[in-house]
Amino acid sequence: MQQEHLTSVIDLAPHRAGRFEPLDHLDRLESEAIHIMREVAAECRHPALLFSGGKDSIVMLRLAEKAFRPGRFPFPLVHIDTGHNFPEVLAFRDHRATQLGERLIVRSVEDSIRQGRARVSGPNDSRNALQAVTLVDTINEFQFDACLGGARRDEEKARAKERIFSFRDEFGVWDPKNQRPELWDLYNARVHPGENLRVFPISNWTELDVWSYIAREALEVPEIYYAHERAVVRRGVQLVPVTALTPPRPGEVVEHLSVRFRTVGDITCTCPVASHADTVEAIIAETAVTSVTERGATRMDDQTSEASMELRKKQGYF
Amino acid sequence: MDQAERTMHTELLRFITCGSVDDGKSTVIGRLLYDSKAIFEDQLAAITATSQRRGLSETDLALLTDGLQAEREQGITIDVAYRYFSTPVRRFIIADTPGHEQYTRNMVTGASTADLAIILMDVRKGVLPQTRRHTHLVRLLGIPRVVVAVNKMDLVQYQASAFEKVRDEFIAFAGSLGFEEIIPVPMSALHGDMVVERGSGLPWYTGPTLLQVLERAPVDEALVHAPFRFPVQLVQRPGDGEHEARRGYQGRIASGSIAVGESVTVLPAGIVTTIAGIHTFDGPLQDARAGQSVTLTLSDQVDISRGDMIASASLPPRSEKSFEALLCWFSTTPLDVNRRFLVRQGTRTVQGKIGTVAYKLDVNTSEHVPAPAQVAMNDIVKATFKVQHPVAVDSYGSNRPNGCFILIDEVSNDTVAAGMLL
Repeated sequence: MQQEHLTSVIDLAPHRAGRFEPLDHLDRLESEAIHIMREVAAECRHPALLFSGGKDSIVMLRLAEKAFRPGRFPFPLVHIDTGHNFPEVLAFRDHRATQLGERLIVRSVEDSIRQGRARVSGPNDSRNALQAVTLVDTINEFQFDACLGGARRDEEKARAKERIFSFRDEFGVWDPKNQRPELWDLYNARVHPGENLRVFPISNWTELDVWSYIAREALEVPEIYYAHERAVVRRGVQLVPVTALTPPRPGEVVEHLSVRFRTVGDITCTCPVASHADTVEAIIAETAVTSVTERGATRMDDQTSEASMELRKKQGYF
Repeated sequence: MDQAERTMHTELLRFITCGSVDDGKSTVIGRLLYDSKAIFEDQLAAITATSQRRGLSETDLALLTDGLQAEREQGITIDVAYRYFSTPVRRFIIADTPGHEQYTRNMVTGASTADLAIILMDVRKGVLPQTRRHTHLVRLLGIPRVVVAVNKMDLVQYQASAFEKVRDEFIAFAGSLGFEEIIPVPMSALHGDMVVERGSGLPWYTGPTLLQVLERAPVDEALVHAPFRFPVQLVQRPGDGEHEARRGYQGRIASGSIAVGESVTVLPAGIVTTIAGIHTFDGPLQDARAGQSVTLTLSDQVDISRGDMIASASLPPRSEKSFEALLCWFSTTPLDVNRRFLVRQGTRTVQGKIGTVAYKLDVNTSEHVPAPAQVAMNDIVKATFKVQHPVAVDSYGSNRPNGCFILIDEVSNDTVAAGMLL
């Protein structure tokens, strides 16, 4: 029975048997991400795409173009502004949204603080964790039932265990022990009112994949991703940028080094790496042989404890 | 620059690792990542510090796969973790699943998308009940290739006879299960023999290292040569931006390939038409294959919506309202056959009911236990299903992507089971 079936398939196939090389890994990742975005468009009533102006969300926008053009995106772009963003990145965010002609919603952590919904101990403290409050408020304001995000499993341990369609209860909480089983490419996008999903189409991409894709698609990225001269101080293994929010501590020596950012999050907790890579190709070459993880090199907030990300996600962080 | 170019055109292999901490599974994965230079300095520093804190004399590579705080506290692995590494010829995605019995659902989850499975064994222990369980599950999930990683060879003085004994024992048990290929590899993950490097302990072994097997295993070959299946995700109306003023049907090709001008059947309507165009953001294509996300246009006006299927006209799937399947139950609440569920198959979601439960599969022995009194979490049963509207399906054995489904509880919205059509 099985044998018979196979024979008939092979009879049909010879004219195309040699025609198909295995898909290149970037094509496979791209197709998977397009499929996921279209599932969100089909299954969710009020989706949104989180766009920060960072490289992962830049890739997400290109994938959305691939999934939905020549039509419009079936979701608005949403940015949760910590108030501590690099100005180059914010300018890029607005430029890209205008270029695409898509709606951009910005909500700010500053407002959440002013309304007493989020608390900071000092004005210059990292607001990364506070984003969760503003994000959950924004989800409630617009009744979003799904937020597409550019998080990747290779970034961090907690992310490595998260589903592509990640269920959040009405408090926005991620429960790692109680995730929905996710098999094949059959995603369960059903939620009750008040609950929502975080959906990560580029879960299976690595930092190198992201840069390779940026190169392949000739995507524009904010200038601070490329090597530039910047005032920094050395703090432990990290280079801390000298800004109004992150002044040098007593005794620290300010140096002017050629650096680039591997991630562009909150200024108070994002560090550049020493680099002379001023083209995408040079960044790819560096990334391919790099010896420190993206977050290890650049994020002060993930260094605090081995479980930092896990804790933040349990509080509603994306 | 050389490195960058080499990473541009590589294939992707997804595999699952099955075994328990005792078999050295975490050490094998740690060794693969470490020796293929996928480990970063800060990760290494973190696990070196942890190793020292725990009083170990050497860095325990197994700590690399430690995940969440909840797991570290309990010293267990609670879920599927995905890990990534690459060599100049391939990209790899590892689904790392725990070996405990109560986590069958995680193994089934990890196996559902894998092209290959590594089954870990301790050479001193041979085929254990859990080895049988993992092997049956891997077979059930339709993974064509297994690597039998016979680990801890250093503990038997690297004797060829010890390896051969375990290898033969495994083949005696699994040889008739229907795998396309069973590849036994002796190794010592602890000392790095035959994982990435050949090492010095196993000079008598002339076969490939674990990494060589992973680099050479075929990727999704069978899928491309299966009949064409295209579950429609979204319909793009001409007003949405038009392709030759026709409606565009968006989706990812589940299996087979398609070319402009070929005839297709639209199911469940059963209408035959031809492919007018294959469109992507990057321009039109003459043909496309399994795994590609595309927009199709058809020569005739056909009423098609999400959940319908465009399929090969000469080798169409079955379109039916009742079917038999193997079901893996995931929910902590046992199956209630009086309840209705949502059956999600392809892009279609229909209401469904379970008819009869014929037998329960004992995953340790592959034996059938007739008419089980209860279907509880991690049970695998054969059952009949009735669905409200016809679904266009294949048997899981002949077409993985079009022979699988999940069951969703209508009230809780939880995914309560996974099914494979017979």
